[in-house]
Amino acid sequence: MTDRAGSTLDKERLVIALQSILPSQAVIHETEALRPYECDGLSAYRQMPLVAVLPENQEQVVQIMQLCHRYETPVVARGAATGLSGGALPLADGVLLSLAKFNRILDIDPTGCTARIQPGVRNLAISEAAAPMGLYYAPDPSSQIACTIGGNVAENSGGVHCLKYGLTVHNILQLKIVTMAGELLTIGSQSLDSPGYDLLALMTGSEGMLGIVVEVTVKLLPIPQRAQVMLAAFDDVERAANAVGEIIAAGIIPAGLEMMDGMALRAAEDFVHAGYPTDAAAILLCEVDGTNEEVSAAAMRVHDLLLAQGAVEVRTARDEAERISFWKGRKNAFPAVGRIAPDYYCMDGTVPRKRLAEVLTTIGHLSSEYGLPVANVFHAGDGNLHPLILYDANLPGELKRAEDLGAEILELCVRVGGTITGEHGVGHEKIHQMCVQFSDQELGQFRALKKAFDPLGLLNPGKAIPLPRHCSEYKALGKEVLTAPGSREEARG
Amino acid sequence: MKRACDKSAELQEAVVSAAALSRPLNLTAGNSKSFYGGEIQGMPLALDGHRGVVNYEPKELVLTARAGTPLHEIEAVLAQQKQMLAFEPPHFGNRATLGGTIACGLSGPRRPYTGSARDFVLGVRIINGNGEILRFGGEVMKNVAGYDVSRLMCGSLGTLGVLLEVSLKVLPIPECEVTLVQERSAAEAIAVVNRWASQPLPITAACYDGLKLYLRLSGEPEAVTAGKSLVGGTEAPELNRIWFEIREHQYAFFNSGAPLWRLSLPPQTPPLELAGKQLIDWGGAQRWLLSDAPAGTIRNAVEAHDGHATLFRNAENRNDVFHPLAGALNSLHLQLKRAFDPKAIFNPGRLYPDF
Repeated sequence: MTDRAGSTLDKERLVIALQSILPSQAVIHETEALRPYECDGLSAYRQMPLVAVLPENQEQVVQIMQLCHRYETPVVARGAATGLSGGALPLADGVLLSLAKFNRILDIDPTGCTARIQPGVRNLAISEAAAPMGLYYAPDPSSQIACTIGGNVAENSGGVHCLKYGLTVHNILQLKIVTMAGELLTIGSQSLDSPGYDLLALMTGSEGMLGIVVEVTVKLLPIPQRAQVMLAAFDDVERAANAVGEIIAAGIIPAGLEMMDGMALRAAEDFVHAGYPTDAAAILLCEVDGTNEEVSAAAMRVHDLLLAQGAVEVRTARDEAERISFWKGRKNAFPAVGRIAPDYYCMDGTVPRKRLAEVLTTIGHLSSEYGLPVANVFHAGDGNLHPLILYDANLPGELKRAEDLGAEILELCVRVGGTITGEHGVGHEKIHQMCVQFSDQELGQFRALKKAFDPLGLLNPGKAIPLPRHCSEYKALGKEVLTAPGSREEARG
Repeated sequence: MKRACDKSAELQEAVVSAAALSRPLNLTAGNSKSFYGGEIQGMPLALDGHRGVVNYEPKELVLTARAGTPLHEIEAVLAQQKQMLAFEPPHFGNRATLGGTIACGLSGPRRPYTGSARDFVLGVRIINGNGEILRFGGEVMKNVAGYDVSRLMCGSLGTLGVLLEVSLKVLPIPECEVTLVQERSAAEAIAVVNRWASQPLPITAACYDGLKLYLRLSGEPEAVTAGKSLVGGTEAPELNRIWFEIREHQYAFFNSGAPLWRLSLPPQTPPLELAGKQLIDWGGAQRWLLSDAPAGTIRNAVEAHDGHATLFRNAENRNDVFHPLAGALNSLHLQLKRAFDPKAIFNPGRLYPDF
């Protein structure tokens, strides 16, 4: 986070030192072999690391960190690299530490309803392993087939069920982390709380800036007896947005409450044939779960409420196959939109639910102003928006225009009392908007906090928390003058 | 009900001058939980005048109030809209405030099933040790911009900053609630409660008082009825009061002058053989122990099960309330304390004697 001096070890000596810790095939240093590590899910930003390492046990991570600490070499951790904010973007003079080999589920305790897992285990693999015991892991980001639990901790990932079941922070009990200085710490416990400060909450969502997660204990929940999803079609986006608030006001906390606008739902329908009504202006997917009796009662109430709120059609999934199909459309909305444009840029703001309709209208205006279509997918229950800006990177100036439009959308979210990121993290991408959401003093507090964990500023430097210099430049020059939101030059700060 | 009042500016001024003189402050509000934690030598800074609900949006499931707002006032406002603080915070007296509740980070019987105080914290406004007013988090359910300072404040006992405002997620009050009672041994009670926890049942509290197991089921009437027939036991309407009594330590068990320990354990931990009396709450995850046994004996016993022990009340030595931290964790705590409160003015000694 500081303007660091840079590694005191050249590449050749660093590689030799790393090879004394790891088998030589776990130290990647040749250009072509390093290529796969140059970006994460936000592939508009690329940077080759100096070296990539693939440790397979905690002791190796400890030794790598001690080495990097001694020679002041920056480290960026990486899980499955599905992140959408460039949080795992490497540094040219840094080590990229992949946790891909930490891919074992260590144990599942069906009585205590916990699982101890390595950080490179995929999110969905946890639920699959727990299913025979009637248990599952609740947070389910759309990337759950690929994303790993270590990355989920780094980003405090949510998913379509977090209104009722919470985010990653609500569903983990213990972490083992390795600090930048190479110390192995246990944070949290197998009990429900721990003495001292709540470091477990602090670590969650810290974007790989405070420590490297090497083990996670998650809470498992009993699989609900039954889940029922309803699909409501609206001919007006605003009406759909208002229906969301009315469901909550009626005292119902749905397990999932998602919304897609016309462009997003048509793209999804073309892609996975979920059975969506393609003439609708918006659809809501509302899932209720619980005991059989509870679900029947709640589904009836939601059904009537949606109709009363002006839904033109409400469909209840007839069976599990149709339920999965309804969700499949939603979970594949991003790749589906990816098929209708050469490129798309995914935003992640959160707004108070009551401002949803107004924010949507403004996004519509901005979309015409910039001449770029925007498809909207939301975790409506949480007010978390994912506007997808469609553009063509091969057309000169389009990426820049998409970024500027994105920045306006995020600043709109802050203006209506929301935040620039609900679940994707600030990473490399949204670092300038941090200057809009937080005061200099608040950012100063973040930097002081970071220093408590990593005094030399070697862990994922340049991400998440901007330097005062960034903010004064951003505010003084205006975003037009700057290139990408945090160009490569900026990342070196 | 006293009038709402914003004292941010005065409080900030007090912190700035205390910081300039490096003079320790003792943050107080309702004093309902002054028994909890270490004793503080410091100039009292009263926060209870800084009060009032700032924003409450039932449809958003969010409430924001100034830290000095009485807890009962907040609960009354929520109840009018059929909503509640789902972590069921203990008051320990009618002067309890929101700020004290979050600073202590205590939760009631619903905790293992619905979540803890920190789980419901969405945002805070604080004064740090430099006298700066800072806002973290917000009033939205999902927010990962910057480090989660809001939740870090929860349970930090005022050692990192003065809480000015807290935003909380709130939940609807369950439509239906019943309490069942069963005669069990302690070992049986722990075993069945853990077995039920791994099944989709609407259990929202489970406590064993040494003779009987009490269970609370909440939710839609249909779910409660179905749950009742699965877990079994005798139902009596007057039993619902037991959760209030346990939460507030008014239950007969707590009527003692002996040191009261709070043991936090993995819920499936078998009954612990320790001198004194025990009450098992939170489905086994929180056990209250009235005992004169030495602190070391109690701490070793819970540590063996990956738990920790807090000397909650009636402590002879208030410098040894919280479970000691391992070396590296302790130095991280010192660094964090310094990051928020470089002059060490906030509640020195309330959490641990060395900061």
